[in-house]
Amino acid sequence: MGDKIIKKGQLPNVLKALKKTYEVFVPVREDGFYSFKPLKDEEKVDLSFTNTRLSPKSLVLPQSERMFEFTLDEKSKDAHIVKEAPKGYPPKVVVGIRPCDAKALRLVHVNFDNPEFRDPWWIKRLESVTLLGLGCNEPCSTCFCTSVNCGPFNKEGLDVLLFDLGECLLARTPTEKGEKLLQLGRVDKDADSGLKKKADELKTRAEKKIGSHVPTDKLGKKNVNDLFDAPFWDDVAFACINCGACTFLCPTCWCFDIQDEVTKRQGDRIRNWDSCMFPLFTVHASGHNPRAKKVQRVRQRFMHKLKYYVDKYKNGVACVGCGRCVNHCPVNIDIREVFRLMND
Amino acid sequence: MSDNPYLPFPVRIQQIITETEDRNLKTFKVVFINKGDEEGFHFIPGQFCQISVAGKGEIPLGIASSPTENGYLLFTVNKTGVVTRYLHNMKEGDTIGIRGPLGNWYPWDKMEGKSVVVIGGGFAFTTLRAGIVYMLHPEERNRFKDITVVYGARSPGLLLYRKEVEQWEKRDDVNVHITVDATDDPHWPYNVGFVPAITEEKITTGENSYALVCGPPIMIKFTQPVLEKLGFKPEQIIISLEMRMKCGIGTCGRCNIGEKYVCKDGPVFSLAQLTELPQEY
Repeated sequence: MGDKIIKKGQLPNVLKALKKTYEVFVPVREDGFYSFKPLKDEEKVDLSFTNTRLSPKSLVLPQSERMFEFTLDEKSKDAHIVKEAPKGYPPKVVVGIRPCDAKALRLVHVNFDNPEFRDPWWIKRLESVTLLGLGCNEPCSTCFCTSVNCGPFNKEGLDVLLFDLGECLLARTPTEKGEKLLQLGRVDKDADSGLKKKADELKTRAEKKIGSHVPTDKLGKKNVNDLFDAPFWDDVAFACINCGACTFLCPTCWCFDIQDEVTKRQGDRIRNWDSCMFPLFTVHASGHNPRAKKVQRVRQRFMHKLKYYVDKYKNGVACVGCGRCVNHCPVNIDIREVFRLMND
Repeated sequence: MSDNPYLPFPVRIQQIITETEDRNLKTFKVVFINKGDEEGFHFIPGQFCQISVAGKGEIPLGIASSPTENGYLLFTVNKTGVVTRYLHNMKEGDTIGIRGPLGNWYPWDKMEGKSVVVIGGGFAFTTLRAGIVYMLHPEERNRFKDITVVYGARSPGLLLYRKEVEQWEKRDDVNVHITVDATDDPHWPYNVGFVPAITEEKITTGENSYALVCGPPIMIKFTQPVLEKLGFKPEQIIISLEMRMKCGIGTCGRCNIGEKYVCKDGPVFSLAQLTELPQEY
């Protein structure tokens, strides 16, 4: 499918049409921050955001999710037997997801769908979500996506990429899922060559605006034990208070915990986001903890993203350069600096 | 494994055996509730399962029985945390769940034609028991040369599978060296001494041999140099590790050593492999 054009004035009608098929999620400003919320009023969609505080990863990997259910009622013949909890996977569309957050889902996907094991919930949810992305005309100062195989108009992981050309949006459609979405939204006007050229220029201009750069070229070649034993970890971890905000906000963090919850003899097995910043994450029942010290946990976070993942999947770093951890770290730990230290 | 790798198979506790005099270790003999689950369950000694207790959670436990023992699985449980404390109070006939088999196994194919030295300490003897029963099975025994077992516990009353180990001790197709750290029993018929020392005393050479090692970290630490001195190559020293686990399939992110997940890429590693990984376990 060639590039299409959506006049900005038509956007509410497009969204209205999409609502018939999809649950539509849009960025909504609340308490000074944007987050993806179900669409209420298509006339008031605000695409002026830089990025949402949380990436929309929770639409595919919910922060808390019921996996199974069971009864402990001895009168039931199925007492104590753990069973699948009924779930639906209604089609959803995420309007305005940034290219970095879409790419992050691709990076995480290899953890949940591999030749040995397939995570059924991740796979079904990812299939049910269509990503209508919006390129970044004005990246922010902490963005470094262009250094990590991503960029303000990177298509990877998106079903549709929108270019904001002022009066209109140009829609580039890398996937069949995206084509279906545009058909359902009745977007059928072809973009002329002038607008296509304008979109390409916008992309180049935005890429040049990225002011932060990190080196990654040597990470794959470094010896893992040399990096593990490097002298800089104490300095990197010194200020860390193990709050876990970085892992919570990171679009490529996927670690989770599994817990049982019981109310009145009825129980659920639930998985919740977890964080390698917390000592409980790795403590054995015996009390032994391979990552008991703060510096070990901080090292794990960076080594996982910038070395272990690189070695395991040969697919680049597990970082998309969104800058959230840089922006929100309460003690100003800066992953860009860690890139430099590790790659040096 | 079912289509959903997180969904446990229901099993019934058929028998509970108290193993040690402190009553902290019990062996659970479980049988599948659904015939189809049992037919699809194929494992190799060294693998583990996630044991699921509805309402309490899941824990990883090595499979203590051998695939040559049909119709049931054995798990030996140390009473330590929330799930194991609850398990210890369960009764025969109760329903629990298992997920698996998970992880890799001892390298049986590579060990073919070689001598095998099994070195175990304390309650980490579970998958080693599975391995010994497997090797001693009439159909398997000829695949291996000499089989030697060094098994130690703090005191006689803390030895697992004691009757069975004493039976092995009487056989002539396996050399068994039972040891305890200390005992006040003047008639104790076996060895007294730590596992590394007994290993050094009883094993003459590591040539053409594999060592399977499982035990507390301190035992592994002091056994390693003994084995190297005896001539075992790092590729032939096989260690089974423990970690805190949740998913058991390499997705939840907590049991990694470097890029390897102990639940999926392990729990069995050679010393050569471990040397290449960060020392974080």
